[in-house]
Amino acid sequence: MMKKLSLFLGCIIPNRYPGIEKATYLCLEKLGIDCSDLPGASCCPAPGVFRSFDKSTWLALASRNIVLSEELERDVLTICNGCYGSLIDANNELKENAALKKSTNTHLEKIGKKFNGSVDVRHIVELLYDEFGPEKIKEMVTTPLNLRVALHYGCHLVKPSKERQLGSVEKPTFFDELVESTGAESVDYPDKMACCGAGGGVRSALLEKSLEMVNHKFSRISDAGVDCIVNACPFCHLQLDGGQAEVKEKFGLEYNIPVLHYTQLLGLAFGFSPEELGIDLNVIKNDAFLAKLKLKEPAEN
Amino acid sequence: MSEPDVLKTLQDAGLDVLTCMQCGTCSGSCPSGRYTSLNTRRIVRKARKNSDMLHDDDLWMCATCYNCQERCPRGIKIVDAILMIRTIAVHEGIMLPAHRKISELVLKHGHAVPINDATKEKRKNLGLEELPETVHKYPEALADVKTLLESCGFDKLVVEKQE
Repeated sequence: MMKKLSLFLGCIIPNRYPGIEKATYLCLEKLGIDCSDLPGASCCPAPGVFRSFDKSTWLALASRNIVLSEELERDVLTICNGCYGSLIDANNELKENAALKKSTNTHLEKIGKKFNGSVDVRHIVELLYDEFGPEKIKEMVTTPLNLRVALHYGCHLVKPSKERQLGSVEKPTFFDELVESTGAESVDYPDKMACCGAGGGVRSALLEKSLEMVNHKFSRISDAGVDCIVNACPFCHLQLDGGQAEVKEKFGLEYNIPVLHYTQLLGLAFGFSPEELGIDLNVIKNDAFLAKLKLKEPAEN
Repeated sequence: MSEPDVLKTLQDAGLDVLTCMQCGTCSGSCPSGRYTSLNTRRIVRKARKNSDMLHDDDLWMCATCYNCQERCPRGIKIVDAILMIRTIAVHEGIMLPAHRKISELVLKHGHAVPINDATKEKRKNLGLEELPETVHKYPEALADVKTLLESCGFDKLVVEKQE
């Protein structure tokens, strides 16, 4: 039986794209998943930056987030590839390395906490695939979607593969299968597994270079002729959505492709409206996309 | 202050760059290298020779996509090595201004991306509480995070060193 979960929100979802947070709550409820809040959680902290600045700081903050969930006797559910990468890597290292666990607990002791290593860290995509499976999700869908989707896995969902064990990193299929459970078609496109260019502190420090990387993806996706981009990481989401506006401003190129987190896509397939799922709160506004969704209504919730 | 021994630090952490045969699979797999000066093969070569790389701007151009690490025929954990070289650089006081800034955000708010008024409004319109169930809503939790950051010396680490 699936263990009970607590929802780790991270930074970008609650503080920039709350629609994804709302969509997650709606989907978890529809799926009948027992998932509580995780009050008092902080930044994971972001793996590409803080882990590389100072490992003890990264482990201390990550372990505190994990300990909050240990106290609730629940596994940690992440909805962001970065949070997933940070927390699963920290959790594994602390479980396997007694010396690191000891030194980390020296810090945690100062706030009256202790890392035990009693819970696991999950990502919503691998959780849905493992615990439900594409067929089961498909059966639960009430409003099959007639959409052509460009799927963006995001690097840290599958890599480093040694710590993930989710199959092929060059051409994975599990996420595509979940997308197609909603009725949508996951369209293949060149450089589908390419990085969005945001990670590792590149977006924050070298914005223009980071936008050149994502622009390459936009051009490939645009050529494929899709209705929207789907991802499972709010930092990729920010880069893919806000990045389109920045690419337009800096390079004069306009794509206007709507971007959805998987929970928003699934939410649509469960009959929720784009407004309930906060899809209209993206930077990129695309009326043609919203009109195409409306054709399916009225949906029975 | 003596120069840090980067090669030894990498080797002690099990990051054996000495087995690199300079095949260039890493650079050929690097999405950042198409648009930036990042030359992963050169970073690994410099690490092998233990020559100075702490001031190398390329260090900060890695988006940590892990393509090179997945594809390295010698199984060298290249991204982990780059992250570790960054760590040594940061501890030597070498850090990009933007990265100091996000570090300051975590020190102050417990979030690298703290909430703003526009998002509070969006949250209300969605029927969510104005503040999420994070350190933003629980001051005592934020105090704990600050205690940890101080205990790890992170506050001192990311403050610009006065020469």
